[in-house]
Amino acid sequence: MAERLLEVTDLSTHFFTYAGEVKAVDGVSFTLDRDETLGIVGESGSGKTVTAMSVMRLIPDPPGRIVGGTIVHKGRDLLAVSKEEMSDIRGNDVAMIFQDPMTSLNPVFKIGDQIAEVIRRHQGKSKRESWKMAVDLLAKVGIPDPEERVNQYPFEYSGGMRQRAMIAMAISCNPDILIADEPTTALDVTIQAQIMDVIREMQAQYHSGVIMITHDLGVVAQMADKVMVMYGGRTLEDGPVDEVYYNAHHPYTWGLLGSLPRLDETEKQRLTPIEGQPPNLLLLPAGCPFSGRCLYEMPVCAGEFPALEMVEPGHGVHCWIPVAEREKIRAGLPQFVHRVPS
Amino acid sequence: MSAILEVGDLKKHFPIRSGVLKRTTGHVYAVDGVSFAIQEGETLGLVGESGCGKSTTGRVLLRLLPATGGSVLFDGLDVMAAPRAALQRLRRDMQIVFQDPYACLNPRRTVKNIIAEPLRIHDIGTEAERKRRVFELLETVGLTVEHAERYPHEFSGGQRQRIGVARALALNPRLIICDEPVSALDVSIQAQMINLLEDLQKELKLTYLFIAHDLSVVKHISDRVAVMYLGKIVEIADSKLLYVKPQHPYTEALLSAVPIPDPRTERKRRRVILEGDVPSPANPPSGCVFHPRCPRMQPDPCTIAMPPLEVVGTAGADQKVACYFPTLYDPAGGSPASA
Ligand SMILES: Nc1ncnc2c1ncn2[C@@H]1O[C@H](COP(=O)(O)OP(=O)(O)OP(=O)(O)O)[C@@H](O)[C@H]1O
Ligand SMILES: Nc1ncnc2c1ncn2[C@@H]1O[C@H](COP(=O)(O)OP(=O)(O)OP(=O)(O)O)[C@@H](O)[C@H]1O
Ligand SMILES: [Mg+2]
Ligand SMILES: [Mg+2]
Repeated sequence: MAERLLEVTDLSTHFFTYAGEVKAVDGVSFTLDRDETLGIVGESGSGKTVTAMSVMRLIPDPPGRIVGGTIVHKGRDLLAVSKEEMSDIRGNDVAMIFQDPMTSLNPVFKIGDQIAEVIRRHQGKSKRESWKMAVDLLAKVGIPDPEERVNQYPFEYSGGMRQRAMIAMAISCNPDILIADEPTTALDVTIQAQIMDVIREMQAQYHSGVIMITHDLGVVAQMADKVMVMYGGRTLEDGPVDEVYYNAHHPYTWGLLGSLPRLDETEKQRLTPIEGQPPNLLLLPAGCPFSGRCLYEMPVCAGEFPALEMVEPGHGVHCWIPVAEREKIRAGLPQFVHRVPS
Repeated sequence: MSAILEVGDLKKHFPIRSGVLKRTTGHVYAVDGVSFAIQEGETLGLVGESGCGKSTTGRVLLRLLPATGGSVLFDGLDVMAAPRAALQRLRRDMQIVFQDPYACLNPRRTVKNIIAEPLRIHDIGTEAERKRRVFELLETVGLTVEHAERYPHEFSGGQRQRIGVARALALNPRLIICDEPVSALDVSIQAQMINLLEDLQKELKLTYLFIAHDLSVVKHISDRVAVMYLGKIVEIADSKLLYVKPQHPYTEALLSAVPIPDPRTERKRRRVILEGDVPSPANPPSGCVFHPRCPRMQPDPCTIAMPPLEVVGTAGADQKVACYFPTLYDPAGGSPASA
């Protein structure tokens, strides 16, 4: 059995705003093992970033607060450790790369100084040593001419290079857990392919657990071992990627898969979008957040959120539709014609 | 079918000015010799990475920006030389929908006024007729008459994009340039929009130039696809053919970089990972614009002259490529390079 790095149970993070209480994350649970990649997928506002920020304990308070649940990192409860300890953990054990690298790169300092500073702070290396390590790290993430480039400022880097520099900084302390929050959303696909390659290589070398946050089901299919599908702050379905892609049990997952044009489609197939608009988190029903848009909604759905149901080992779903009924509905969906469980 | 739009050797070079005297010290070669034709009723996709010149191409076509050179014929009529009155007429036939619907919808005007604006500018119909037309358009794009008196900020991104489409349709155009119309939308909303655009095309016999950087979307909606790189079209082909038999090494890399939402397919794929970044269009490489990142580059001829966009080998007239060393497929079949 691989080492369990992270166990998040029933996490709830809410924001207390003047307009009301936003349940940005509501009862979310997942685990991450060494060498494993978890994909968190969901549309804008579904709570992906807030989940990651909660694990990092970087939720701005006020207005936000983790109101429930536990986050256990290698046996240690991260919600119980002091601010100082947490800051240590962030440097050494759990690292995060953000969608916009400029949120963690300071425009007025050289890239090299910024990476070296992190190394100095967390590993107590000398100035010289940490500078040399910065050059090595830049080389490792594929920055050309690292000896030269280490002296440059963030604005002298392209978007892809900045993202590489962020990865260099994140892996500088050899973290167990790397959280990548839409690391390539702003980048072109050929650059995205380079960055994904770097992340895979880093993971193979350091045996880290990776949490890949994205709205792109293609990226999840390419990178992840397992996936958690979020909507309106809730997990609706999670499991090994093959389970979720070929044996999906939640109508929202079906909807996502039906919404995607596929590059490899040979016959043009009409997309089957999810009707309606994304939910307003202030007006979410007490029950399933997808009720209101769900084609198969029943009277119970909006009132109460369904309990976790395991459809296969490791594959869980929250849905009121009886399992046999779900399988029957799914068999008639065009997006599942070529998508059969093995 | 006949060509509704014919573009020949289109160029747009933006001057770079610097110094106190703002002298021109160089140029951004945003669009640099682009040629293609669009048949009436078809969708031509224009795909390529950020900064390759897609939007500039669209704007120059509509004369929203003056061209540096080249020709554009709409229905045989010379767009570049059209006098004011003719241009006015052309502007009714050719419309554009932008990526960010918020940026181009006046926040202080109601949806009704926004959609009726082109009608008013072109002095079409009475107030009552315009109102009826607006209601009709709202329904066409999947909104309702109740939406007419509201303001843009009251709508979601997907709904605002529908407002943009309704306005583009107001004058019954024949060609719509869609510049990243779904790029800012969530996948579920994106799919609604794609279906809407497809339905409108069928119903209203529209022709689209569909600009986007997402190859899966472009391939899905387009009959043919043109791949741009640094201001040039490097390959243009029937969209299925482009996926199955790409000839340009850049097309191959682009195709192989797009993740497919199918884990088993992903595990089987061979990936071509390009090195380095796209060079600056202010300082494009000599010869073939792709040569610095190209795995097949030979100093002679690749660094010397840009290869012409032409039919190569046994490829049919549906596929043109600008490469000295294109992938050739044997006519009996050939395997997809990116599967
Ligand atoms: N500081 C904050 N104050 C109030 N609400 C917040 C704050 N940060 C996040 N939220 C809310 O929490 C919800 C979840 O946001 P989150 O950023 O986690 O979404 P996401 O899934 O990462 O979306 P995206 O794909 O757009 O990045 C949103 O409705 C957001 O408005
Ligand atoms: N008004 C302008 N003045 C100077 N340069 C410009 C101007 N407009 C565009 N450019 C430059 O021309 C090149 C092509 O830009 P364009 O917007 O056409 O690219 P694009 O393919 O649409 O990219 P994206 O996918 O990012 O929208 C870029 O290098 C851009 O910086
Ligand atoms: Mg986010
Ligand atoms: Mg553009």
